[in-house]
Amino acid sequence: MNPALQGLITIIVGVGGCLGYFYFSNVVLDKVIFPAKGEHAGRNINRANLVRPWLFLLPAICALGLYLAYPVVETLRLSLSEQVPGGYRFVGLANYQRMFGEPKFWEALSNNMLWLIVVPASATGFGLLAAQLTDRIRWGQLAKSLIFMPMAISFVGASVIFKLVYDTRPVGTNQIGVLNAVWLEFHGGWGSFLFLKLLPAIILVGFAAIVAYIGWLMLRPWLRRGERKVPPLVAPLRVLAALVAAWFVWLSLSNAVAIFSFKFPYGEPGNWLTIPFWNNFFLMVVLIWIQTGFAMVILSAALRGIPEETIEAAIVDGANPLQIFFSIKVPQILGTIVVVWTTITLVVLKVFDIVFAMTNGQWNTQVLANYMFDKLFRANDVGVGSASAMVIMVLVTPILAWNVYNARKEMR
Amino acid sequence: MDNIAGSKSSLGWAVNLSVLVLVLVWLFPTVGLFVSSFRTADQISGSGWWQSLFPQEQNLTLRTDELDKAVLKDGLYVLDGDLFNGQKGGKISHWGISSRAIDAYKPGETAELNNGAKLTVQADGKYHLTSTDQMSGRGQRTFVTATTPPEFTLGNYNTVLFSGNATDSMLKAFFNTLTVTIPATIIPIVVAAFAAYALAWMDFRGRALLIAAIVGLLVVPLQLALIPLLRFHLAVGIGKGYLGVWLAHTGFGLPLAIYLLRNYMVGLPRDIIENAKVDGATDFQIFTKIILPLSFPALASFAIFQFLWTWNDLLVAKVFLIDSTGQTTVMTNQIVELLGTRGGNWEILATAAFVSIAVPLMVFFAMQKYLVRGLLAGSVK
Repeated sequence: MNPALQGLITIIVGVGGCLGYFYFSNVVLDKVIFPAKGEHAGRNINRANLVRPWLFLLPAICALGLYLAYPVVETLRLSLSEQVPGGYRFVGLANYQRMFGEPKFWEALSNNMLWLIVVPASATGFGLLAAQLTDRIRWGQLAKSLIFMPMAISFVGASVIFKLVYDTRPVGTNQIGVLNAVWLEFHGGWGSFLFLKLLPAIILVGFAAIVAYIGWLMLRPWLRRGERKVPPLVAPLRVLAALVAAWFVWLSLSNAVAIFSFKFPYGEPGNWLTIPFWNNFFLMVVLIWIQTGFAMVILSAALRGIPEETIEAAIVDGANPLQIFFSIKVPQILGTIVVVWTTITLVVLKVFDIVFAMTNGQWNTQVLANYMFDKLFRANDVGVGSASAMVIMVLVTPILAWNVYNARKEMR
Repeated sequence: MDNIAGSKSSLGWAVNLSVLVLVLVWLFPTVGLFVSSFRTADQISGSGWWQSLFPQEQNLTLRTDELDKAVLKDGLYVLDGDLFNGQKGGKISHWGISSRAIDAYKPGETAELNNGAKLTVQADGKYHLTSTDQMSGRGQRTFVTATTPPEFTLGNYNTVLFSGNATDSMLKAFFNTLTVTIPATIIPIVVAAFAAYALAWMDFRGRALLIAAIVGLLVVPLQLALIPLLRFHLAVGIGKGYLGVWLAHTGFGLPLAIYLLRNYMVGLPRDIIENAKVDGATDFQIFTKIILPLSFPALASFAIFQFLWTWNDLLVAKVFLIDSTGQTTVMTNQIVELLGTRGGNWEILATAAFVSIAVPLMVFFAMQKYLVRGLLAGSVK
């Protein structure tokens, strides 16, 4: 049968079936099972109203149960068993052990961690910057919709777009990738020093300063007197966050120094996607490019929701624009920033298409989702594949718990 | 924002400039793909797309006509013709007859070939070959350095859409994608709308728990579902195919649909619904006559999300739809395969990618308002 026709029939059957189900099940409930007449009319109406919500919910619950809840349990079971002729055998943690013994898994996990730090941070940062800037100009709406546009582009489409950007041609021929064309303009003179050494160093120092400030905020209750006491449960978390911040400060400062003595291979076109470690960043750029628009749209709405009086009061008190932004605006939209951050984190954990289309995990760019796909559909190793899917699930769980906690809090 | 409070920012031009830079950086990659899809293969590999409006200098390898076609004239065999075969080829600045000296001669100069023949090439590509003996074989190879004018073509789209070449053709994949997308967008809406109404406006035990469960399912990675569901589909006889992919997309889209729609429906005015109840409307009537029409913005938001997501999806289609025959390939998969087989042919790749991007982009620009609204409802509380 022609797929288009099949599609049309499915729409009619699906939609018609759903509507028919809802209509007739209601009719049956009201007219046949609990008719609203006779001696038990009142009781019947009450009973019908008790059942009706479940009629409305039934298809959705079935679909959710079958397509999302059951697979979680089944994947857990598969990850603990081994395929033997005619069925499955429980093998305990053997699959996990096998997976932990594979260097490719650790490569995927560490790359994923790198993605988890860099992509949400950059996308949220750029989004905040874009939101703040575009809110202040006349053509801001147009600018916003142009920055937002990549949201509509598929990961695969974006991969093609960026493969063109990263394209490499041999020395001596015209470069058709933008990145190489720009890169070959640098020959090690003053311009190179300015853009490839001084500028990154300044960015790194700036990043270190922001992280140091966050670290200081974490430790402030102990360093200053008169601040409110920290609840004992949060204290270790704060100390941990401060330690991580200190580590980041050390990393970025040492790199800022190291970059001045680094010798760039000027004049050679770069094979960007094959440079180990750094190629991860070239892949991340694709996702940052897509997600920044999302962050911008949400943060811009949050910024507009800030009560004007707070800003006016700050201006009257003589605050400069930077102070207004960091001390008045950012704290008020902190909740939204967290939401944006976690949403992008979820996207990052599941990132598959970009790596699959651009490098397929070669040259040390493997990530968990692609590793899992590799195991399941190329190596046909269901055990390890399911185990790696469970790793993704475990990484998602804190966000899941946090979301559910918030939703319940809000319902009360 | 600061302007409202009365102090006009003095850095207005700086803000404008930085936004301009940001927008250009964000647009640049997409524009590159767009421009490349209208250039010929030679032009793409000859210069970066940002130079596409300028003439470019290219090294070409061309041939004269077959040497047998030379005609005897005054005792000499003469062959006249055009190296560019009548096409607009540009202006030749240098030419040569050996790959080791491709710029040995200037236009108008005469080169002596190995077989004693004499070849003259003019700047516009016209050549004049004379020989005392009868010649035979393929045309004489010449290397020219030519400045070619900018050239744009719709030929790539013709190749990608209508050539019928199995590896390059996107037309079939385009319709396959459409076939996947439309039912996968419509069916979850219907299912979710009823569930959302129950969760928003009907009172029953376990409602709060169900809502919490849906919020939890919202973030369950669909990676977990691949193997168990594929096995399930194979076991019940659905197998790999459209039905499977529609069901999968419906299942994966439901949590967001229910969540978005419920949040929206909760906000509808209570009076309307209670009045209708007092007037004797059943829940089914309230839902179809009042709630559905009022919820149109939320329905539209979700429809756009689901449309973009199913159109752009690769993973679900790869697992649940595309079988070994490849008859049901979707555009994203077709592009990934082109990346493998046609890695360097940017004219094909760029055009194929743009064909798949065009529809979501149109939807995006037409319905942006609903998309933004849905995003705000979906993530900001």
